[in-house]
Amino acid sequence: MSTASNSAHRADAAMRTPSGGRIDRAQRIRFTFDGQSYVGAAGDTLASGLLANGVHLTGRSFKYHRPRGILAAGSEEPNALVTVSRDAARVTPNLRATQVELYDGLVAESQNRWPSLDRDFGRVNDLLSSFFPAGFYYKTFMWPKKAWKLLYEPMIRRAAGLGRAPAEADPDRYAQRYAHCDVLVVGAGPAGIAAALAAADGGARVILCDESAEFGGSLLTETGAVIDGQTALAWVQQGIASLAGNSRVTLLSRTTGFGYFPHNLIGLNQRLNDHVAVLPKNEPRERLWQVRARAVVLATGAIERPLVFPGNDRPGILLAGAAHTYLNRYGVRVGTRAVIVTSGDDAYQAALDLQNAGTEIAAIADLRPEVAGALPDAARRAGIHILPASTVLGTEGDLRISAVTLGVVQGGSVRAGQRIACDALLMSGGFTPSVHLFSQSRGKLKWSAEHQAFIPETSAECERSAGACRGVYELAEVLADGAMSGAASAPEPSHTQRRFSVQALKRDSRAYLGALPQANPPSSDKSFVDWQHDVTTRDLALATREGFQSIEHVKRYTTTGMATDQGKTSNLNAMAIVAKSLDVAIPQVGLTTFRMPYTPVTFGSLAGISRGDLFDPVRTTATHSWAQARGAVFENVGLWKRARYFPRGGEDMHAAVARECLAVRSACGIFDGSTLGKIEVVGPDAAEFMNRLYINNWSNLGVGRARYGILLRDDGFIYDDGVVARTGADRFHVTTTTGGAPRVLALMEDYRQTEWPELKVWLTSTTEHWAVIAVQGPKSRQVLESLVEGIDISAAAWPHMSVGHGRICGVPMLLFRVSFSGELGFEINVPADFGLGVWEAVHAAGQAHGITEYGTETMHVLRAEKGYIIVGQDTDGTLTPDDAGLTWAIGKAKADFVGKRSLDRASMKSPDRKQLVGLRTKDPNVVLEEGAQVAATAGQKPPMKLIGHVTSSYASSVLGHSIALGVVAGGRARLGQTLYVPMPGGDIEVEVTSPVFYDPTGARINA
Amino acid sequence: MPDVATRSSPPVPATEWMRALPPAMRFILHGDAAVRAAAAPIWGAAFAEEPCRAVVHESRATLWLGPDEYLLLGGAGESDLDVATAIEAALNGMPHALVGISHRQFALEVSGPHAATILSGACPLDLDIGEFTVNTCTRTILAKSDIVLWRTREDAFHLEVARSFSGYVGGLLREIALEFYGG
Repeated sequence: MSTASNSAHRADAAMRTPSGGRIDRAQRIRFTFDGQSYVGAAGDTLASGLLANGVHLTGRSFKYHRPRGILAAGSEEPNALVTVSRDAARVTPNLRATQVELYDGLVAESQNRWPSLDRDFGRVNDLLSSFFPAGFYYKTFMWPKKAWKLLYEPMIRRAAGLGRAPAEADPDRYAQRYAHCDVLVVGAGPAGIAAALAAADGGARVILCDESAEFGGSLLTETGAVIDGQTALAWVQQGIASLAGNSRVTLLSRTTGFGYFPHNLIGLNQRLNDHVAVLPKNEPRERLWQVRARAVVLATGAIERPLVFPGNDRPGILLAGAAHTYLNRYGVRVGTRAVIVTSGDDAYQAALDLQNAGTEIAAIADLRPEVAGALPDAARRAGIHILPASTVLGTEGDLRISAVTLGVVQGGSVRAGQRIACDALLMSGGFTPSVHLFSQSRGKLKWSAEHQAFIPETSAECERSAGACRGVYELAEVLADGAMSGAASAPEPSHTQRRFSVQALKRDSRAYLGALPQANPPSSDKSFVDWQHDVTTRDLALATREGFQSIEHVKRYTTTGMATDQGKTSNLNAMAIVAKSLDVAIPQVGLTTFRMPYTPVTFGSLAGISRGDLFDPVRTTATHSWAQARGAVFENVGLWKRARYFPRGGEDMHAAVARECLAVRSACGIFDGSTLGKIEVVGPDAAEFMNRLYINNWSNLGVGRARYGILLRDDGFIYDDGVVARTGADRFHVTTTTGGAPRVLALMEDYRQTEWPELKVWLTSTTEHWAVIAVQGPKSRQVLESLVEGIDISAAAWPHMSVGHGRICGVPMLLFRVSFSGELGFEINVPADFGLGVWEAVHAAGQAHGITEYGTETMHVLRAEKGYIIVGQDTDGTLTPDDAGLTWAIGKAKADFVGKRSLDRASMKSPDRKQLVGLRTKDPNVVLEEGAQVAATAGQKPPMKLIGHVTSSYASSVLGHSIALGVVAGGRARLGQTLYVPMPGGDIEVEVTSPVFYDPTGARINA
Repeated sequence: MPDVATRSSPPVPATEWMRALPPAMRFILHGDAAVRAAAAPIWGAAFAEEPCRAVVHESRATLWLGPDEYLLLGGAGESDLDVATAIEAALNGMPHALVGISHRQFALEVSGPHAATILSGACPLDLDIGEFTVNTCTRTILAKSDIVLWRTREDAFHLEVARSFSGYVGGLLREIALEFYGG
């Protein structure tokens, strides 16, 4: 059977017309579909190329695996989804064959069939369809519970095949571009071109885009019309040439307006080279445009509505407009003997043109009881048999339609009519305006009984819909509507007003909605509403019988309109069927929301340049190259790369950190602290500003002195901390945590500008101006003595927390005597371009004193030995200064500071709050896991009563045992108590200690 | 050991359309119109009262960043400290904030016929010459990096980029420009 139909297809290879259309027959394009080689012409889509070779069968349906053919000619195509591949990495599934442009060597494959398209095993689903009613997955796969993950879901996913993603990384490049214009016109059919011309007349900056390869829209099909005395095609070419010659106009073909975002930001996806055989080097595959338009003209056209009748999904059944497009634009006849079923006049022109091209029109079955008008008259004159008051009762044919059985509607009942043999059935139910983008823009739609469709009523943005997308179908009116919208959208009015003289036959574009009338009993074959998701009239009826009334619920239950085509051809029919089933008016059923994207957009396009090394900025400090050369292992801290440790001779992290810690405690270490945030707070009210913001008292901090500062949020919880130096009467150098720098500056600016605008104070980020070189350890003073000029850094002259300007290695320096290690320590701040030079000089000078470079891991251990917290590690946004043991820092005499009032709440003073303590394991070799919970008693079974958790935990090479910090309810009252850290291997005993494990008197820091 | 530490700016390889500009002297000046009036004669360049405008005088420039905030750009030849001291002297007693940030950022120039298009690959502003005229300047973003963007000629832009973002911004621009200039 399949062999017979295949050879029949080959015999039909002459479906290409001898002339006409927008293709170049001289350029033969070779391509394969499912391994079979074909030849098309330049300008073909995959769909037109296959149809030219007589191939209609292009896929298997989603659920029932029914043979499916090409239904449409544009992006609304629900059936012909294919995978196109150039190589193993360039594999794109789920492309609409109607939008895939042929190039020489194109390889396409059908989807959702096994072992082959002709003999598909999944077809059994169609026979078993009574087991797969609407919502079957809600009912059938409920139990056993485990089977869902193991069996049902994988099975359903495999069965619902929508192609496969390539396994290799995408080798293509994707670009993005921001663009601005006065008028963005989406859609380059007659309305869009007229709008762009009118807007450009006024000197506006215009962007005109169209999803198709060629501008013109319906005019590429409606070849009969005459505009301003020339053919429609000539008018298009002249208009586009005029726009192309205008430097204020950008023309974008193969560019889909896929999303309408607030304030007239429109997302466009441009496909640059999917249509070429040899990919141009360095050209991106796609470009995502983000267009900010002063005004938008939507000229998105309308989609022809299919008719719903039994067996309406066989290959060879197409939209009449699609057949018309294949003929006039691509020079392809979709069949040799066609029957046309229509609700209005539009299909008549297709019939006439097809007959002229040699396709026999067996009959036009018209749904209207009376058929009159210019186009029907022309058909009658051409000898075409018109059958009024018709309906369709069924079709025949396996992999291609072979016959249709019509019915006759008479006085509310239906009787069987003729059975007509045919190889193409062309249907037209009128048009559905494409209101997707309008709806995305939150524009208000209204139901139009005249159009049997929803059309735009009120715009929410500066937007105008023009032409068929708002139900204007007559060409003369479409052009006038477009021109008026374009002119009205331009910022400057044009001196001339465009008018168009059009010669075209008047037509009655009457639309039909819902299922066609059927005899009683109706055919047992399925009537498809949503081709792509295999939703039938029976599924919708079942949903309403089971109590679903809102279209949103029916949609989710039946999945109608939820496929990748978002129901472009099905939504209105589905609504009408639901409305009829519930016996309510259509507007009462409601309309589902249109969501972006209009057609699928590749992940690559959305990611653009943000992939690989450019996914996020990688911030590096001045000494990065030095650390790299030393084999440092880096860690990510926010966007920064920081040296974590410097392994020597095959050391692991544990060994390297143990060595680095001992070196700092016994001699001297050097550490890059440049990533710390730095904010210069300057102005006569700088001290007052700091007093209001931080918990500390700053009035009594002398110039040349520094203090550990703590910043709360207004809820009283610790937000950030850092050393703050007073470098002048009206100047503070504030340091923040590495990760907190931007948010602290933002918080400061917020208070400065909105709460205290009266203060004469200003903020400047200096984070990146300074390279910070920490030199820590008992020998650090000896290292620096020979280098520092202009500051006496002796113990007597320059105590802990001193700050001063001086010079080092000939460059200006701001020097701090500070310590985050617990040792005598200094932090050299030099302008960042000098950072590496000074670092190398200090490192060289320190060799005599055993200076050792160390990384963030050692820094963490050293500070934990001293019980210094890290905001965000030992605090979690719920710790007050008292919880962290930092009450001493609060300026008691201050009337107010950010968070002060919150600290007075009773709950903030509860003795049972979690407080920072040290936790020491009974076994000195056990290192607790950070995040582990703490319990008061041993051997608890879940649910346990847990009283705290571990926040920091390390092996301390200096102390010879592990150390940990944690927060424990009422922790400070538990000093000396034994607590338990429950772990999978059993409880770990810990003793509650002071958080300061090392040098509790601070003798070393003050050395 | 060298007497004076070597100055090493962030490395950005030069291309036909992009180059790192020489090291510069930079200050942020906050203050009102009286402060600007007093600072201008010392600094050399005047301060635009119109938002987002740069004023250039010889080797000195002022860039409007906010109603009371300006970026001062000068050559790196002089001592920052001497210049700051001179300005501070002129502003004595007037509420203001002058902060040296010479090394906080570095400057890139993107130029040529595709300059605006390349920048539009990552900057959301309208860079049409009619909208973003010569000597327009503003803080903005380039993908995920903050920058100050200043159009110095019809086909040339001066970018002030935070120091640690040199690799990102340079890489980003090279990636965007690939389709115009090749690899």
